[in-house]
Amino acid sequence: MFYLDNSATTKVRPEVLRTFTEASENFFANPASLHRLGNEAEDLLEEARQLTGRLLGMEHIIFTSGGTEANNLAITGTARELKGRGKHIISSPTEHPSVLNTLAELEKEGFDVTLLPVGADGKVSPEDLRKQLRKDTILVTIMHVNNETGTVQPIAELARILQESRAYFHVDAVQSAGRMPLDFGMKPDLLTVSAHKLHGVKGSGVLAFNRAELRPILHGGGQEGGYRSGTVSVPHAASFAKALRLMIPNPEWGEWNRELRGFFKGYRDVRILSPEDGAPYILCGAVRGIKGEVLISALQEHGVIISTSSACSSKKQQTSHVLEAIGVEDSFIKGVFRISFGGMTSGEDIQAFKKAFHESYRLIKGETAR
Amino acid sequence: MERIYLDHAATSPIHPDVVRVFTELLPELYGNPSSIHDTGRKSRKVLDDARAVFAGSIGAQESEIILTSGGTEADNMAIFGTAANHKKGHIITSAIEHHAVLNACKRLDQQGWDVTFLPVDENGLVRAEDVREALRDDTVLVTIMLGNNEVGTIQPIADIGRLLQDHPAVFHTDAVQAYGVLPIDVNKLGVDLLSVSAHKLNGPKGIGFLYQRKGVKLSPLLFGGEQEKKRRAGTENVPAAAAFAKAVSIAQETMEAKAEEFRRYKDIFREAFRGQGIPFKENGADQLPHVLNISIPGIGIEPFLVNLDLAGISASSGSACTAGSVEPSHVLIAMYGESADEGRNSVRFSFGLGLTEETVTEAAQKAAQIAARLTN
Repeated sequence: MFYLDNSATTKVRPEVLRTFTEASENFFANPASLHRLGNEAEDLLEEARQLTGRLLGMEHIIFTSGGTEANNLAITGTARELKGRGKHIISSPTEHPSVLNTLAELEKEGFDVTLLPVGADGKVSPEDLRKQLRKDTILVTIMHVNNETGTVQPIAELARILQESRAYFHVDAVQSAGRMPLDFGMKPDLLTVSAHKLHGVKGSGVLAFNRAELRPILHGGGQEGGYRSGTVSVPHAASFAKALRLMIPNPEWGEWNRELRGFFKGYRDVRILSPEDGAPYILCGAVRGIKGEVLISALQEHGVIISTSSACSSKKQQTSHVLEAIGVEDSFIKGVFRISFGGMTSGEDIQAFKKAFHESYRLIKGETAR
Repeated sequence: MERIYLDHAATSPIHPDVVRVFTELLPELYGNPSSIHDTGRKSRKVLDDARAVFAGSIGAQESEIILTSGGTEADNMAIFGTAANHKKGHIITSAIEHHAVLNACKRLDQQGWDVTFLPVDENGLVRAEDVREALRDDTVLVTIMLGNNEVGTIQPIADIGRLLQDHPAVFHTDAVQAYGVLPIDVNKLGVDLLSVSAHKLNGPKGIGFLYQRKGVKLSPLLFGGEQEKKRRAGTENVPAAAAFAKAVSIAQETMEAKAEEFRRYKDIFREAFRGQGIPFKENGADQLPHVLNISIPGIGIEPFLVNLDLAGISASSGSACTAGSVEPSHVLIAMYGESADEGRNSVRFSFGLGLTEETVTEAAQKAAQIAARLTN
């Protein structure tokens, strides 16, 4: 199988799985227990926390059940804690559903949400952020890399503008951590990362922060500094740190990206939607006049796995909110496909894709490359 | 020194077969079950099979199972998810609930909800009659745990369920400590919502479920993708779900044999303490088979636990979830009062996978000797 859907989820790395199972077997105790086995589990947990913090360049780490929970905690946590100070939140229309749907929920609670416009490249403009900032803005949440198009937002510039504001700056880095340097220069206050996009174990994420005022979503035993109750899964934490440490950007991603862009030029009805300066490991395109699902199925016959847009919205019949925001023409918007590389992608996968695409395209469109 | 782990109520070691499911499945199964391609569909199938096991284990329908990140999330979802459907109202709970329930209710209390914390008797039992008396027209939620994690009492959930039959209040029970140890049938119990966690029954950490009776309304706690039929956002944790299902199947098959085994372990402990002439008292009504909580007059719990630990025995003074605290347990306070000795001289031994009569006998004798030394 040639798996090119790594932005949906990734295959676990054997070393990461080993860390998970070894921690499950040897450090199974509750890290909150006071006995020796509890202390040993706690030591491993704190080691994982330190390593994760160091790798992300952030001071504090809250282990969560994944990216969705981390985004929910960052956003509702900040909003509900600071509602006495202000009720204005700034975001963008191309965020992940775990951000947009959380914001929609906060709007029902009386918060005022401004979505910054995005250009055809999917980017927000720092100037727009400056204009929309208000005295009562308590939170700005913008993703680093878009999961559907690979658009990279100008995080450092946004952070610079926010320096003069009291608003907290949250960045959803689920699609970038481990695959792009996070050395923004100007650090965001809060950062979300998920393990299963990094060849880690599912059900594992972090909300990292340098500065935060958060009201917890989960109340209970007061674990994770009171920010997130629930017995901490030490195996998940340890394997998270391991997955993050082993995930390093592959220079070949950029080469494959260019290679595929060149390849698609041979097809009249294919348009590339990802911006040229986007993340190299996500390439989103569209075929005119066909349904993306048809292409996905045809490729699958050849053992090639890609997806339409994001897995989180691919079951819905409606078109992608991200592609609507960047203004994709009607004739293309149903034919969207996304190719995404991961830490285990090889040149072989790319060649298999090209061959399969060529044959599938001919089958569907009844024509070949011009 | 081989350590003897007697803190299975805090968390339990993962079963080797459960690890096997994880290690075999995880590398195979990397489709996102929400993806439309085949690997996604295979993941969906594994998830559906797991859900059928969970549903079957409590007499529920598959569509009534919502996977969560654990017991705390399931409890919080039950409580906040019910409260979110009402502007304000009245909630009934008990003083001996797990902190995931207690602190969620306290949070609502701070937000202007009216919360009744029912008392318990000396055995740690809530009276169904007290629930009836506390019930009001504006009561929207009753949340009482099934089996207590510290003293092992089993609450009269079916009785409470019966008296709530003609009342619109939603009935939730935290079954985290009882699930896998007692047979549970949501219809016999008459509950609308029921929380479960995998790591208490030799399953993986970081997963649990909430049973939601069909027709009972619940607002989500986490927003995002449309997973779990829009009830719980976040990419489904398929390998953990499959591993959890394995743990449930094993627990279902071995439940009776284990209950018998654990009752023998309790007897071994009782005999060892009697053999040293230690006048101990059992807290709770000896109900959950795997929990033995004893009060030893004249002992200080901290030195006792430290000495047990040095002797290689892992036990606790109550819930591990109060994050490293040795404060007197809220459960014992509810049973005996704020200033009672039991709050400062009680230890919990809890049994589970990997123990034998030999290791338990060794632990019981050492524990009794240490107790004798410390009370002299």
